[in-house]
Amino acid sequence: MIVFDNVTKNYNTNIGLDHVSVRIKKGDFVFLVGPSGAGKSTFVRLVLKEIEPDEGRIFVNGLEVNTLTNRLIPKLRRSTGIVFQDFRLLPNKTVFENVAFAMEITHQTARQIRRQVPQVLGLVGISIKADKYPNQLAGGEQQRVAIARALVNNPTVLIADEPTGNLDPDTSWEIMRLLEQINLRGTTILMVTHAKDIVDKMGKRVIAIEKGKIVRDEYGDYGYKEEEAHSHRGAYIGGGYNKHA
Amino acid sequence: MLNSLKYTIKEAFTQLFRNGAMTVASVFSITAMLLILGIFFLITVNIGLAVENVKDDFDTVSVYLLDETSYETAQTMMLQLEGMPEVENVHYLDKDTALAQWTAEKFADNADMFEGLAKNPLPNSIEIKVKDLASAENVAKVAETFDGIQKVGYYKDVADKLLRISEGLRTGMMIIMAFLVVISVVVVSNTIKLTVFARRKEIEIMKYVGATNWFIRGPFLTEGIIIGIFSAILSSGMLVFIYSRVVKSFSLHITWFMDTGMVPVSFMTFNLIWIFLALGISIGACGSIVSMRRFLDT
Repeated sequence: MIVFDNVTKNYNTNIGLDHVSVRIKKGDFVFLVGPSGAGKSTFVRLVLKEIEPDEGRIFVNGLEVNTLTNRLIPKLRRSTGIVFQDFRLLPNKTVFENVAFAMEITHQTARQIRRQVPQVLGLVGISIKADKYPNQLAGGEQQRVAIARALVNNPTVLIADEPTGNLDPDTSWEIMRLLEQINLRGTTILMVTHAKDIVDKMGKRVIAIEKGKIVRDEYGDYGYKEEEAHSHRGAYIGGGYNKHA
Repeated sequence: MLNSLKYTIKEAFTQLFRNGAMTVASVFSITAMLLILGIFFLITVNIGLAVENVKDDFDTVSVYLLDETSYETAQTMMLQLEGMPEVENVHYLDKDTALAQWTAEKFADNADMFEGLAKNPLPNSIEIKVKDLASAENVAKVAETFDGIQKVGYYKDVADKLLRISEGLRTGMMIIMAFLVVISVVVVSNTIKLTVFARRKEIEIMKYVGATNWFIRGPFLTEGIIIGIFSAILSSGMLVFIYSRVVKSFSLHITWFMDTGMVPVSFMTFNLIWIFLALGISIGACGSIVSMRRFLDT
């Protein structure tokens, strides 16, 4: 569960978020869309307590994020699985070790790790590559590993920051089906994306942010026309969905 | 707790092997520093020993008595001197024994030269052995206040000079060694900083996944300590080998011209190993903590 209560965040003179209030219930599947620089990243970074809000209160899984001490940040981050556009796997560790690492930091026993990791690798369909290193895998496979790592501690919320941004359309759809499956198991999913076709076809709740304000919050489609989406792509890498759409 | 300790040690060794070249570089740089430090240490200890030995030869104060002064008067002086805390022991040297000793020492080959001497030119004296060369001056001052003495003699110049040398040597060596320790911490922290820098992405990811700062630091710290232990073993081994060679080939000559031996190898080995272990471990640990600080500040 994620609750933003009248949250404002400014970067010097630029507006990040402007009095945003939103409530994401447990088990929701939410797309966070909007042009580059609209405040999507600010939203995610606030949830992870990478930055502090200027005003307002933020709750994640019952923890009040603003008043959290630095010592408790690790606890917050363990209860929220995170998946990035660029995967962010540890290059010196195998697939198995990358996923096991997320369990090691929570001081779990070797036996628990040996039981749990293969199970999660099976769930994301990457079991046969368990002993490979990240640079030996294709993009989609790496993202599966990242998802497995995010899921292995059974987080209540999974945050995906443009998880399909570096993937080709077919692989993107595989990842989306995987996320949907995870959502069905009860995990709340917050996905930041520019992929219009994905948002349109999934038909989930869509929160659109522009200039730091929530301009739309409804079930349905991406809401931006194709040209708008393109013009705002900015730092977007790969752009696989673009050719597809 | 046990799990994370196991993880930390396993992780440290894995990283040491995977970053082999970096590990070797770090071990070599600490070893080099410890070797330089160790050579200075050996020189200091040996010079210190030599100075101590030389000091032993000069720590007597002689009180020369007038011929009129009776043995009984001398006895009272001796009692008073023996009461002083600085004094090790006191003994009376009569003029005949003094002459015999003197001629035997200096003119052993032609002692007969003095046989025709009508009168013994040497005075009776009280020989005082002081505990510490530095207190010789105090003792001499007290002795000078007695009646019936001719003069008080002690090796003032030599004593002063020796004291100054040993003092200067000690502080000088301390400064040089402290300097070397600082340099080695800087060198090592730079070497480890390279490893940490190469892995800063990793550290960032670990933080995202929810690792605590100490969890991230643990393996790096352990790595530093392991590197320190390796370097300590390597450098103390090398130094002991070199030192035993030096002692073997030089100690004879040194004894001959300086009248002092060298510090024994067995004593040095024991001390070097624990000093180097302590230094190596703290250099390694400090180095890794210092170099990680920047990456863990949130």
